[in-house]
Amino acid sequence: MKLIESKSGAATTETFPPPSISNWHHRHILDLDDFTREEIELVLEIGDAMAEILTREVKRVPTLRGKTIVNLFYEPSTRTRSSFDLAAKNLSADTINLDASKSSIAKGESLIDSLRTLRALGADVIVMRHSQSGAPYLAAQHVNTSIINAGDGWHAHPSQALLDLYTIRRHLSKFNDLKVVLIGDIKHSRVAHSNIWGMTTMGAKITLCAPQTLLPYGLADFISKCHVPDVSVEPDIESALKEADVVMPLRLQLERQQSGLLPTLREYIQLYQLNEKRLSLAKPNALVMHPGPINEGIEISPEVAHGAQSVIEEQITNGITIRMALFYLVAGGKANEA
Amino acid sequence: MKPELLIKNARIIDPSQKIDKVGDVLVLDGKIAKIGEKSIASAHKDITVIDATGFILSPGFIDLHCHLREPGFEDRETIATGTRAAAAGGFTTICCMPNTNPPLDNRATIDYVKQRTEDEGAIRVLNVGCITKGRQGKELTEMYELADAGVVGFSDDGEPVSSSRVMYLAMEYSRLLNLPIIDHCEDKDLANGGVMNEGWVAARLGLKGIPAAVEEISIARDIALIKLTGARLHIAHVSTEGSVELIRNAKEKRLAITAEVTPHHLTLTDERVMVSPARKNKYLTYDTNTKVNPPLRTEKDIAALLKGLNDGVIDAIATDHAPHTSADKMCEFGLAAFGISGFETSLGCLMGLVHKGQLDVITLLSKLTREPAKIIGSRHGELGTLKPGCHADITIFDPAREWTVDSQSFTSKGKNTPFDGYQFKGKVLATIAAGNIVYQDASIKLAGK
Repeated sequence: MKLIESKSGAATTETFPPPSISNWHHRHILDLDDFTREEIELVLEIGDAMAEILTREVKRVPTLRGKTIVNLFYEPSTRTRSSFDLAAKNLSADTINLDASKSSIAKGESLIDSLRTLRALGADVIVMRHSQSGAPYLAAQHVNTSIINAGDGWHAHPSQALLDLYTIRRHLSKFNDLKVVLIGDIKHSRVAHSNIWGMTTMGAKITLCAPQTLLPYGLADFISKCHVPDVSVEPDIESALKEADVVMPLRLQLERQQSGLLPTLREYIQLYQLNEKRLSLAKPNALVMHPGPINEGIEISPEVAHGAQSVIEEQITNGITIRMALFYLVAGGKANEA
Repeated sequence: MKPELLIKNARIIDPSQKIDKVGDVLVLDGKIAKIGEKSIASAHKDITVIDATGFILSPGFIDLHCHLREPGFEDRETIATGTRAAAAGGFTTICCMPNTNPPLDNRATIDYVKQRTEDEGAIRVLNVGCITKGRQGKELTEMYELADAGVVGFSDDGEPVSSSRVMYLAMEYSRLLNLPIIDHCEDKDLANGGVMNEGWVAARLGLKGIPAAVEEISIARDIALIKLTGARLHIAHVSTEGSVELIRNAKEKRLAITAEVTPHHLTLTDERVMVSPARKNKYLTYDTNTKVNPPLRTEKDIAALLKGLNDGVIDAIATDHAPHTSADKMCEFGLAAFGISGFETSLGCLMGLVHKGQLDVITLLSKLTREPAKIIGSRHGELGTLKPGCHADITIFDPAREWTVDSQSFTSKGKNTPFDGYQFKGKVLATIAAGNIVYQDASIKLAGK
């Protein structure tokens, strides 16, 4: 396919247009469980091309001019929604941001009816955030438009996992045999779930570190039935961190303590907070990542969150890059398969 | 006088009389007149003849557990549609649960259902009365009066009595009546809003799980209470291996406990929530038609349920027919209603077990006729039998007929089935209730004499 060139001939290394996407066949981005290694690599490569645009003085290309992208958010979100919105605008798409709590959905309209309405209004891509696991799958079954899952319940958050992979790739040369440690609320974390698929597909090994109340029940069966042997559990944080290449503490929702999954935040901090002393057990240049928003002083100490090994802010910037890549792939000109 | 009916050359299976032979059945005036080897001749002129060569004829099926939704939820089902759907599934007697609106917690609502059944119903409908007023789990209903109105047992079904003290009192009081407490065993506190079986599939889908212990804790409590009271207890829709063990132990101690299992718990696992064999779909399905309470469990549980059925720990098969509107199901999995529309798929589904050699057809029919009849007792006449003089409730089915489930052609208003598109082998061809043909497959030809 041919991309429309930006007029502002950038001084930086010209990497746009990105590589060919003729092998791309995902109409929807629902999770990474159906992505091959090559497909993930393609997203990351296109991410490189998109990153180049962000270095330009005018951060905008006309690739998606005339396309309409709807951000349909059933849950409050600042960073993810802004990130998708900026990504769409950088590609010159028209964007509509819908806060579901303020629209007709609050008046009892069903999800399918809302989506059909958006489709009738001309949406080409619907970016969906929903508190119910599986909601984007329902959407994909019933509405004739591309769906990008921006987080569904406890289930999946594929764009976050892709931006995590992209961030790791910029710092570490390869994914093979990297030790990635996820700490904390694995059970309720869609970020952890999508990262399990994405990271293991790329060849990394994942260690989950949490008390049993924050781990999914049936994890051993999950690992064998879903063929992810590179996932293991180590409830002791000191053991888990040994030889780690990437450390990712997850946001601890305060309601987890209120609903009894943890005795006190104090004990959680004692057992699972990522602090400097614990981080020193990992490899010297281990990356510290966090999907945000951070509870500073709970799952991560301020020194570590803002320390030399932290790439947390970079993750946010990379989020725009990766979401541009995803829009480009699902709406960027190649005729969508039916 | 009703027209006479002669069914010829069927394989007659009646577990109540230990009959399994090929022969004819003659129905006169709504009652079984005669069953016997070959060629019953009739002198009557006004007679209808059904040739049942190659088919199985059994007492009409009895369903201990279903939801007819009337009064209150007529958009999901009515007595008119529900009884016809049941007839299409081979049922001639069904026991409806009291979670209507208003609930069946007093004589007036039960009389209403009885009247509606008389006006609109196709088959016999028996009622289950509430244990507590408004199914609130606090004050007992007037159980004596409900028994007098004809209820076959007491249940708060989907809102099970959580207070052990109230359940204890209900059991004590029920001893006046010799009727069972029918419990939907669920510890709601532990279930905590779960939507499917707790296990790796729930983890895979990011859905909140319902552990097996939710059911087992409640069954264990009820067993302790019948030990204390001597009351009769019937466990609804058993779904776990641990539950089968608890009931087995209680039966070994000669406690008055019976139990039922549904066709879907005998055939589907929690993996069905995620993938549909009948649909080509590369994505996870999050199929709301598999959302049911208790949830679909695992292969291990199915094996234990089948063993329990075969060795008598589980007495009966009941559908838990729970029809819903499409709006109740066409939504996010977590928000969808629990329940499966089960009348019209039950025999096809169960015959699959027979064809696979996991259940023999005589045991199957016993669990659909003789055994549920024993639990209901005799106050509505002798049910589940082809004994001469008894109600002519008869089901005729072809064990080898292959068919494809099409939910849109259901008689029930509830199209919510996980079996849509499944190929079944075994189909009901005719259902006769009190001597009337209430369901007849298009392939069945009636002949006059």
